Amino acid sequence: MKIRAQIGKVLNLDKCIGCHTCSVTCKNVWTSREGMHYAWFNNVETKPGIGYPKEWENQDRWNGGWVRDDGGRLRPKIGGRWRVLANIFANPDMPSIDDYYEPWDYDYQHMQAAPDAPTMPTARPRSVITGKRMEKIEWGPNWEEILGTEFKHRSKDYNFEGVQKDIYGQFENTFMMYLPRLCEHCLNPSCVAACPSGAIYKREEDGIVLIDQDKCRGWRMCVSGCPYKKIYYNWKSGKSEKCTFCYPRIEVGQPTVCSETCVGRIRYLGVMLYDADRIQEAASVPNEQDLYEAQLDIFLDPFDPEIIAEARRQGISDDWLDAAKASPVYKMAVDWKVAFPLHPEYRTLPMVWYCPPLSPIQSAAETGKIGYNGEIPDVESLRIPVRYLANLLTAGEEKPVLLALERMLAMRAFMRSRHVDGEENLPVLERVGMTVEMVEDMYRYMAIANYEDRFVIPTNKREYAKSIYDGFSERGGCGFTFGSGCDYTGQSNADVFGGKPNSRRKFFPIRVEKTGDSQTPKEVEHTPWRRG
Amino acid sequence: MELYINQFIFSVYPYVAGSIFIFGSLLRFERGQYTWRAMSSQMLTPRSKAFRWASVAFHVGILLLFFGHLVGLLTPTWLYEGIGLSASAKQLAAMIAGGLFGLLCLYGITYLLWRRLFVPAVRANSAVMDTFIICLIWLQLATGLGTIVVSTGHLDGHTMQQLAHWAQHIVTFRSGAHEFVLGVPWVYKSHIFLGMIMFTAFPFSRLVHIWSWPWAYTRRRYQIVRQH
Repeated sequence: MKIRAQIGKVLNLDKCIGCHTCSVTCKNVWTSREGMHYAWFNNVETKPGIGYPKEWENQDRWNGGWVRDDGGRLRPKIGGRWRVLANIFANPDMPSIDDYYEPWDYDYQHMQAAPDAPTMPTARPRSVITGKRMEKIEWGPNWEEILGTEFKHRSKDYNFEGVQKDIYGQFENTFMMYLPRLCEHCLNPSCVAACPSGAIYKREEDGIVLIDQDKCRGWRMCVSGCPYKKIYYNWKSGKSEKCTFCYPRIEVGQPTVCSETCVGRIRYLGVMLYDADRIQEAASVPNEQDLYEAQLDIFLDPFDPEIIAEARRQGISDDWLDAAKASPVYKMAVDWKVAFPLHPEYRTLPMVWYCPPLSPIQSAAETGKIGYNGEIPDVESLRIPVRYLANLLTAGEEKPVLLALERMLAMRAFMRSRHVDGEENLPVLERVGMTVEMVEDMYRYMAIANYEDRFVIPTNKREYAKSIYDGFSERGGCGFTFGSGCDYTGQSNADVFGGKPNSRRKFFPIRVEKTGDSQTPKEVEHTPWRRG
Repeated sequence: MELYINQFIFSVYPYVAGSIFIFGSLLRFERGQYTWRAMSSQMLTPRSKAFRWASVAFHVGILLLFFGHLVGLLTPTWLYEGIGLSASAKQLAAMIAGGLFGLLCLYGITYLLWRRLFVPAVRANSAVMDTFIICLIWLQLATGLGTIVVSTGHLDGHTMQQLAHWAQHIVTFRSGAHEFVLGVPWVYKSHIFLGMIMFTAFPFSRLVHIWSWPWAYTRRRYQIVRQH
């Protein structure tokens, strides 16, 4: 048994309000740079929808994740090693910028610099890739926000598999949910496996998957290999970049930026112990629907004295073991079984898990046509089809999702009768196999969700980790740059070896010219955008 | 004066170019590895079969050409004559193979050059060096194919041997290498000269990715776990 620890994450979709604060704070910190305009290490999708990039869940199209061959061995779906190398000159499985969206900016300066004119000045969009005017924006980072676009387009959503989807196009039956997405920091990452340069690696001490920016050669196989499409190619630096799980923050015991700023308090971070020797075994189980259980199975019980002794012997420090006991992720995933991995069928053993969302009871149930199942409403009468959630979270296996939804409903019913009626409604708990103690805990973590309960992050130990983020050496530093130090003016190259000058925008105000006889002003626009 | 220029270009400059190539590459790898990459622009344009075919044709073609030159120029005369290959037969083989690979490569690079110059997304994101390099390779290919046309006029293999002597003298550090190429037509000379310009520009351009053929990938485990 090889015990490793990872900072895992759970997102409680039941409470996500789709405000995009996570996406925006993440972007401000990590991807507000040239070449990364289009990249969102964290984004929030409205489901059902094809998502970002388009149809990322359709692995017949993108070939992400792993496949299990007849002999029971795993290989990346984009192909084995030689196949990957054979495609190195032109990657056939890579999304192009149109599959994400062409990033743009606006001529904001025109609002201030516009001369006297008969009409209000407007800030018109301009592509940040070509620098040219975009007359019509066809797709954006969140084009399907709150069920934007037609149903026929959105219904290509892969999670409708096995669902009679046509009725959900009708206004009365429509449903939606938010799905915030980030790198899953998988136990069996297919991006790592796909990297010809060996630049991507999983950190032993906390499980964060990172790209060594020096070793990356820009072959872009990781972009194809990742089934979640959470690695992005920076066309400016020629390197791939991905969510770093805010490792400089995690190392000093702080939550990731997306978690810290989540206004819905839906994000949880905590230590998970697992048996690294059994990763391969768990990822290779024949039936895709067993993958969720198989992954649960390799998580280790932090309360088991034998596990504690063995973990100590293998060098995991006591504060990590204590954090594992208090881990909200462990409670939700293992104790209460209300959190699930996103698309376990990709066989990557993802470590960002999701609590399925409850949804309004369809009106039929309230008018009595669909009965309440004892104390709580029949989960089948929830607006979001269970099969849809199961396709998202358990490879289509509905039972675990049903239990989770019932437990969440039971928690509400129990706490409602306690606080409103002043009664202990024990039958409702028995039905879903919970105790009063359990439901009180669940209420504390999932409903109240205090900061200290959501984030239990031990700091990295200098004794165990040789080169963790050193705050002192970063004093006066300039964060993430192109190697040009603190020079943000874009005037200097990284060095003589091909660092590109950053593009500079030059604005030339629109001039109003008087045309000869008609005396009507005519707007003449001069090339307002130059590439440096 | 002409002799002096010939001597400089074909006896001295090869060492200048070679030194810049090797030490420049080492220095860049050592000091600026963040800039060491293939610099693909594939994702900037919509997915297209035309691009894939062109890029593969270009890369396969130029690799075959490179190894063809390596073997063709550096194999000693006694070796191929020893295995019963006459100089004229070898020249014919070189012309046919070089011609085929050259046309393959030309098809690829012409598409890529068009793309770089006329597709707005690619053009806007090209450094001067990117455009320079692709033009240089195109020219190099054109002069290379030009030498095949000229070679049809003399099939005895003599010119080829002169060029091979030049190359062998250069790589074995023998003096007077330029004397072998004094008499060859200008198209060969310009092909050699452009080739050396390419070596000179190599460490300063995206060409450095050629060094990074990921051979180790075929033998490594799929998963990598690093301890910090």
